[in-house]
Amino acid sequence: MSAANFTAEIVAPPDLTAKRSWRSVKSAIMTGLMIASVVAVALPLVAVVWAIFSRGMAVAFHGFPHFFVDEIPVIARKAGPGMGPAILGTLLATGAATLIAVPLGVAGAVYLHEYGVKNRFSRLVRFMSNVMTGVPSIVMGLFIYVTWTLRFGYSAFGGALALACLMLPVVIGATEQMLKLVPNHLREASYAVGTSKSRTILSVVLPAAMPGIISGSLLAVARAAGETAPLLFATGAATEYNPNLFVEANTALSLQIFGNATSSFAAAQDRAWGAALTLVLLTFVITLVARFVTARFARRR
Amino acid sequence: MNEERIDLRGQREYSDRAFAKITAGAAGLVLLILGLIAFTMTRRALPVFGEMGTKFFTSTRWSPPDDLFGALPFIWGTAFTAAIAILIAVPISLGVALFMTQVARPGLARPLIYLMDLLAGVPSVVFGLWGVLVLSQFFDLGRSFLTAGIILAIMIIPIITSLAREVIDTTPPGDKEGALAMGTTRWEMITETVLPHSAGGLVGAVMLGLGRAMGETIAAALVIGSALGQITLRALAPGNSMPAVIANEWGEAQDLHKSALIALAVTLFAITIMVNLVATGIVQRSMKRGQGT
Repeated sequence: MSAANFTAEIVAPPDLTAKRSWRSVKSAIMTGLMIASVVAVALPLVAVVWAIFSRGMAVAFHGFPHFFVDEIPVIARKAGPGMGPAILGTLLATGAATLIAVPLGVAGAVYLHEYGVKNRFSRLVRFMSNVMTGVPSIVMGLFIYVTWTLRFGYSAFGGALALACLMLPVVIGATEQMLKLVPNHLREASYAVGTSKSRTILSVVLPAAMPGIISGSLLAVARAAGETAPLLFATGAATEYNPNLFVEANTALSLQIFGNATSSFAAAQDRAWGAALTLVLLTFVITLVARFVTARFARRR
Repeated sequence: MNEERIDLRGQREYSDRAFAKITAGAAGLVLLILGLIAFTMTRRALPVFGEMGTKFFTSTRWSPPDDLFGALPFIWGTAFTAAIAILIAVPISLGVALFMTQVARPGLARPLIYLMDLLAGVPSVVFGLWGVLVLSQFFDLGRSFLTAGIILAIMIIPIITSLAREVIDTTPPGDKEGALAMGTTRWEMITETVLPHSAGGLVGAVMLGLGRAMGETIAAALVIGSALGQITLRALAPGNSMPAVIANEWGEAQDLHKSALIALAVTLFAITIMVNLVATGIVQRSMKRGQGT
């Protein structure tokens, strides 16, 4: 009985060609859907970039360089330029945040990878650092408001602290990845000539990983430059230049976009588009520099 | 001679230990900040919890002039917009990730990675600006849950895609080749080997995207419509979410109102930390398993 069945199966093989055509059609449909999803991602990106350039160019480059240096009009409905103080504010807050977060992040990553690779503390820190990248930026902003701004008042530095909190886990993650790429024989060669561990890290391991650390940090900087929520509670609002990092309210490009986006005045909306273009160009330049550094690093290796 | 050597080692050990301590301190900063966030913000939120009790989470009435703070509509708004975002973002992200890893040649995958980086690099406030001045008017969406969900979806696609790509890449080539050698089509190979292998990691990736969608503030604040008290399934209704309320009401908030907004942030922090803890755990485990095989 079973033998008969067995031979029957052999005698009548499945119609491979017929089945195959339906199966490959299905496969082709799914591949088509994958391509469609790539298009679905590209469309909004193109639309956003097009909107920024088509609406921002006329505003930002009309009577160049007025838009980039003039002060912000106090009366929102008044047409005309001025994002100078916001550009300065963004540079101040982002710059200070970089100076705080990058050294601390690199030091933290050095501990995780060079000292406590597998111990419990570093496993916990590595895990929580990953979790920390998911903490909403608005929570960081309120945290700095509660711990800093309530005592010392509004300033660009408060915003910088909030941005630094956001950058820290990103820098730690990027640096640890780069330290992993440093070949062990460099460390061993250094130990072999009698160099201490701390000296080895400072003058052999870190220089070897430096380009990667720089590009990873720059990507974090580019992200931070575009952040709004952390600055909302700590930076305050200003329309004039405030070059002092620590005293008095400041402003930023992102804050200006947020404030002007929902305005019903066309002049304010125009300024929002101009500020958006400026901000995107700024982050684009930072990202380009990061890519350039990475490319040089890749060629050297 | 001997003495000098001992002296040198002593010095070395001292500076070495100091250096190790300093770097350990920097690493511990992560834990310190997370702890401080939880502690200091909960302390500031206590007044409103004292006033409202658990009604803060169950009441639907949010009326600052009457000192009434029921956050349920905002919790609903956060969940609803995040759900819309996930519904849109997950199939698209999965499609792009599969295209990049299973279909495209490296020459095509590379520019796609750049595209994703670009998308991830556009500041949230710029998406918000585009959402409020272009998307909401052009498609007659208005400012609503749906508009916010679409904008959030665009913003979380890069992170889900890049994580999904990493997870999918851990599928052993032998499994895939084995399936193809048995005559499966590309799609059958994907459903039989790639997806089962990476299912856990993909769940984690989606959850991380969910966490981002819930915490994303500025874009949501601009396009969600800032309507009070809306608990509805109508996606085109204007609504509000926890981060959006904080950003929009902070300017005019006083004492107890401020405390209530901080309490919202604490709630948001607790939820996103929970989601991220689970998601990070899942992703890390599935990556490790992938490397082991």
